[in-house]
Parts: sequence; C-alpha cells; structure tokens
Amino acid sequence: MTEIKKPVQSYLKENLGIIIALLVLCVFLAVNPLTSASFLTQQNIFNILRQISSNLYLACGMTMVIILGGIDLSVGSVIALSGCIAAGCVARYDMPIVIALSAGLGIGILVGMFNGYVIAKTTIPPFITTLATMNIARGLAQIYTGGSPVRVVSSEWQFLGAGYIGPVPTPVVILAIILIITALIMNKTKIGRHIYAVGGNAQAATFSGIKVWKVKFFVHTFSGIMAGLAGIVLASRMYSGQPTAGQGAEMDAIAAVVVGGTSMSGGAGKIGGTIIGGLIIGILNNGLNLMNVNTFWQDVVKGVVILLAVFIDYFKNKKSK
Amino acid sequence: MSNNALLEMKHIHKQFPGVYALKDVNFELKSGEIHALLGENGAGKSTLIKVLGGIYAADQGEIIIEGKKRSITNVKDAHNNGIAIIHQELVLVPCMTVAENIFLGREPMSGRFVNKRKMNQDAQELLDAYEMNINAEVLVGKLTIAQQQMVEIVKAISFHSRILVMDEPTSSISDKEVGFLFKTMRTLTEKGVGIIYISHKMSELQEICDRVTVMRDGTYVGTRTVKETNKDELISMMVGRELTNYYNREYAKPGKVLLKCEHLSDENMVKNVSFEIREGEIVGFAGLVGAGRSEVMKCIFGLTKDYSGSIYIEDRKVHIKSPDDAMKHKIALVPENRKEEGLYLIQSVRYNSTIEILDQFIKGIMVDSAKEEEITRNYIDMMRTKTPSTDQIIGNLSGGNQQKVMIGRWLATAPKILILDEPTRGVDVGAKSEIYMIMNELVKKGVSIIMISSELPEIINLSDRIYVMCGGEITGCIDHEEVNQEKIMKLATK
Repeated sequence: MTEIKKPVQSYLKENLGIIIALLVLCVFLAVNPLTSASFLTQQNIFNILRQISSNLYLACGMTMVIILGGIDLSVGSVIALSGCIAAGCVARYDMPIVIALSAGLGIGILVGMFNGYVIAKTTIPPFITTLATMNIARGLAQIYTGGSPVRVVSSEWQFLGAGYIGPVPTPVVILAIILIITALIMNKTKIGRHIYAVGGNAQAATFSGIKVWKVKFFVHTFSGIMAGLAGIVLASRMYSGQPTAGQGAEMDAIAAVVVGGTSMSGGAGKIGGTIIGGLIIGILNNGLNLMNVNTFWQDVVKGVVILLAVFIDYFKNKKSK
Repeated sequence: MSNNALLEMKHIHKQFPGVYALKDVNFELKSGEIHALLGENGAGKSTLIKVLGGIYAADQGEIIIEGKKRSITNVKDAHNNGIAIIHQELVLVPCMTVAENIFLGREPMSGRFVNKRKMNQDAQELLDAYEMNINAEVLVGKLTIAQQQMVEIVKAISFHSRILVMDEPTSSISDKEVGFLFKTMRTLTEKGVGIIYISHKMSELQEICDRVTVMRDGTYVGTRTVKETNKDELISMMVGRELTNYYNREYAKPGKVLLKCEHLSDENMVKNVSFEIREGEIVGFAGLVGAGRSEVMKCIFGLTKDYSGSIYIEDRKVHIKSPDDAMKHKIALVPENRKEEGLYLIQSVRYNSTIEILDQFIKGIMVDSAKEEEITRNYIDMMRTKTPSTDQIIGNLSGGNQQKVMIGRWLATAPKILILDEPTRGVDVGAKSEIYMIMNELVKKGVSIIMISSELPEIINLSDRIYVMCGGEITGCIDHEEVNQEKIMKLATK
C-alpha cells in the first residue's frame, strides 16, 4: 500500500495550488444557477474532455519541449497542414482512410524531425526555428488547399474525431492512451530522465555522456507527432481539412503547460501538472460558454487565470526559498 | 577595545527558519589590516559577510564603524559606510568596457550625455595608480578572470571604500596572478583600507594576512595573529577536532600501464602531449590555470571531437569520440566546474547520483526504485555525504557535499580510470581530507586516478608522479620522492 500511496501524495502536494483552483472552478460551475443544470451531465463532461483532448495532445509534446528549455510554436500550423493533407488524400486521391490519416501523422513527424534536427545540430534558438516552420507549415496548408477547406464526408472518416468507443468519445480514448505513454516516457524511461538532464544543465548532460542532440531530436519529433495527431483528429471532427485550423493552438498548449507548473526556464515540470492545467483551461472555456459570456471576455478571463496560476507558483517558490 | 578598529561587529545573531546561522559572532577589523575569515563551508562566513553588506539584517548585535554605531539594513547603507564586497562570482557586465563598468550608474556627464572621454581618462588613472596594466577601453569580456577581479577592486576603491571584503578571490586564478593580486592588496592596506579575506587556502593566509578569525557552525571560535599560529591549530579550530594525517597516502608499487597517450594535440590548446598512467596510481597534473590540463582530459574523455595522436587503453589503441565511448572504456571525469559541468541543481540528490547508471535500474519502462535508492545510499555512505535525505535538492547542499555526490556518481560507473579535475575546489577542510582518504582507498583497489589540481600541497602529497604542463605542453614529470614546490613552479613557468 505504502508504495502506491507515496506518488499519489506527492502528486497532490506538488500540484496543490492548481488542484484547489480546479476544484473551486468545478464547484462554482456545479452550484451556479446558470450552469448547474448542464455542467455535471455526462454529455457535458465528455464534451469538455473532447474539447480539451487536442490541446492536451499538443501539451504532452509541449511539456517535454519546455522542460528541455525550448518552445515549439509550429504545432498550431502543423494541425492545419496535417489535417489538410490527410483530408486531401481521401478527397482528391481516393486513398484509404487509414493511409490518409497516416499521411497526416507523417506530416507531423516530418515537421517535428526537421525542427529537432535544426535545433539539435545548430545553436539556432527553438523559438526562431519553430517560428519559421510555423509560417512554412501554415503557408503550405493554404497553398495546398487554395485557402478553402477540403471536405470529406464519410462516417469512417468521422470516427477518429467525432465517433465513440462504447460511451466514450474516440478522442478521449486516444487522450488517455497518449497521457499514459507520455507519463511513462517522462517518468519511467532513460530518455525521460535525459530530458530533465538536458533541460536542467545541457553542459553537464554532455559530461554525463548523454547524447544531447538525440534527446532534442526525440523531443521535437514527439511534439511533431502530437501536432499531427491533433491535426487528423480535428480534421475528422470537422469533416474537412481546414487551412485555418489550429490558429493559436500552440499558445493554448503553452498555457496548459505553464498553468500546470512547468517552468519556462527548463529542467523541471510534470505531465501531471499539465493535465490539470489543460483541464482548468478547458473547463473554464466550457463554463464561460454555458454562462453565455461573450468570447471577447472569455479571452480576458483566460488571460487572468493564466496569470493567477503562475502567481500562485511564484509565491509558493518564494516561500520555500 | 583597541582604538584603531575600523570595523567592529559585536554579538551578531542571525536566525533563519530552522537554522541558527550566526550565534553571538564577534569580528574586528583594523585599518590597514588584512584579516582572514576562516571556516568550513556552512560555518557562517557568508552569512556574516551578507550581514555586513546589508543583504541580511542581523537579529541582534551591533556594527560599529570608526567608533560610531551604524545601522546597515540594505546594500546602499553598506555602500555609504564604505563597505565593498567582491563576490566569488564576478558581477561585471562582459559586453561593456572596463571604464563603463567602473562608472556604471554614475557616469561623468556633460549636459545630458555621458562624457566618454572623461570617463575613460578617470578609469585609466585609477587603473594606472595600481599598476594594473589594463586598458580602460577594452571590453570586460575579453579580460582574464584575474583581470576582471582587478577591475572589481578598482571599482570598489573608486567608491572610496574603506572596508573591502574578498570572497575566495584566488579560487580561479593562476599563481602568478595571485602574486599580483596580493601586491594590489598590500598597496590598498598602505592607504588604510581594511580587507576581510575569505579563503580555503591556508598557505595564502600565511603569505598575506595579519590576523585570522575562525568560525565554526555559526559561532565565533577565536582570533589569532597569523605569525603566532600554525596550520594545524587553525585546522583544528575549524573542524573542532585534530585532523591527523591530513594527506594520508599509502604508496604501493603501481601495476601495469592502463592508459597511454602519445602525441596528443587538439586544435588550439594541447600540443604534443604524451604520458602514461599505471594501475593503482595517482598521477597529478600540475600547472598554471590555462596550461591546457583540462583540455588534455577533454580529449581523453571524448569531449574534444578533433584530436590527433593516439590513446591506448591496456595496450589497445582506442578512438574516443564521445563521453559515452569514454565511459565504455571505464573512464570517468569529475569536471572542474561542478555547477556548470556537473550538477543538475534543481534535481534531487538521488537523481544526481544515478544519472550515469540508469541502465542498472531502468529496463525499458520498468524502474526499480528500490535499487535506485540502494545505489544512491551506498555512495552517500561511502562518500560520507551529509544530506537530510536522497530527495534533497542538490542545490541546497554545501559545496563539499555536492562534490562528494559528484565523485560518488562517477564511482557508481565502476571506472578504472578516474579523472578528477580540481576535486577540492570550494570544498571545506573536513570534506577535503575525506576526499583524500577515498582517493587513497580507490587506488588501493586498483583504480587509477588522474588528478588536476592547482593546490600544490595537495598535488605534491597525494600523487605518485606529477606531470607539469605549461602552454599546452608537458614540460616535465616528477616522481613523488623528488617533488617539491620549486621544481613544479619552475616547470610550470617555462
């Protein structure tokens, strides 16, 4: 028993601030007369989970990238490019859906590998590298589609984004699998420890015999895969590859990671925090929608919550020092 | 008390949550005196200095400067009272010139613009007054560490500081530069400045200091006149016990040749270096800072991509392209700058202890946490590392304990050749002697140790043989029976 208890306890302790914030938010939405009727229904809960799943795919990759001390701005555009290519494979070339989806995922892998290679083998900062690929991917998506969505109308196509496995939406099942894989990589494998080492002190990692470039390459490739996955799931749900999909998605992913307590300076952070960060942002969006708050105000509230979350972290750290 | 006291700190108390950092500490500095502050890491020296510098406020006690009681509650107060602290880590702006650094924040103005010419002239005058041979218009980043220190000193003097605190100023500069630093310090004391000097190096105290105050565990132990005390007394004051056999080295007949390097050169520092290491011996590498010693080790450890020459391990020629390769050949390197090149400061002791040996307890996604903890414990015990738990963040440990974790981490890889680059830098006396003991035990087990050290007593008393380097070349090899400081210095300055 004690072996199981310890990680749970330390998880609660490490994330106490944001867990409380999450609970307060949920209780507020559950008792608020505007939202109490709809918030705690099974349909709404699955709805929230479906909505946050794409953001959390990205956030899984982004957590690793940020722990490495970097950033990946390209993921939002990769969503568009991979979705458009996957949809195009079906709509324009009549390819089987599985191959089309793999092609979409492949786009993510390619962009990720490119980012990873440049960042690992040169000293060009990740911010610049991924800023460039962000523009390139978005531009290619626009060129490929001519600026208008590529439609796919078939129920098989829809399964990934809008379907269900039992009572659970498919994207949520995928999310569960992705979260488990990410948590395993980060906590249970050698490469996971190496990510923290490179992010914490790249020079020391070199002296430790860690192949720093391999770690960077792996992490950016992983982030690319996650973006490709988010791209095909979204394209499936929207019946189309849209060249404007995923605009600003990288920022939502970064927000989830930061609210989850991962430090932008690298070396520290946990996927467990990111999950809560993603939940807070997702539930907040959902609640504001249920309350019919206008979208302009939603942005303001989101910004304030991000600030609050990092403030809590700041004061916690200040105290412990 | 004495009437020429420049500074008196009386009955200073300072408590942090859970730590009584200073307990009734007294300190006195005379005008024109160099007063050493001595103590193991964690003895409270830095805290005392921070109280003096206005970074911490004392809970109790008084600070008296030139007979008047002063209240120093912030850094500005300290400045106004003529106190200047030169920290171990230099705080100059590298991309600004020497003059700009000296006059940072109080540039001489003409109208609304900085009067650059006057600034450069004034700075140059100051530098020349101390014969520093530094051009005021050069970028600070282009200076050596020692020269940067000089600039810091000049900066402090330009504030008309009367009390100068120097925190381990010689830890990263060469012996020649130390000589120059000491000369400057003497010039300052002739002008009535009092200097508080923090150092771990005993030999320096005898050379430069007038009096020495020893602290231990946050308390004041005593003050001695340097002429009337000796190293043994000071050490026993510091550690609170007699340290017998400070360097205990049992020499044995070394075994077969384990590592042989022939005509090793890298592209800039290392020139045609050849040497060999036998089983079970400690081989010292002496020389001035910048002699290329660390660079030789970087070739052996695969950190230098392009080297020419040959490396043989047990008579087999090997090509080491990466630290990973080196580790496969059972070579370990404990680097010189543990904070930059070794430690993951925000991670736990456990993480830091096992990062090189993950294979021993991680198989795929199966982590054997119990084994990880056991390995960590083993090396903590072996190195006598003092840490509250294996979960402790390593950045919170003292320098000596951090170094022990570093050495333990590499011992866990079961090396045959252990390279220690300045293993006792910034390490307190107690931990030092423990590190020496462990080195002695290791060589008895047949491990070969290469030790780079700039501390001559250490290298002389521990090594079987000493290679001396100068300008990237090996200028000589001295056997432990024939070695003395003069011989080393002669070869090091060829």
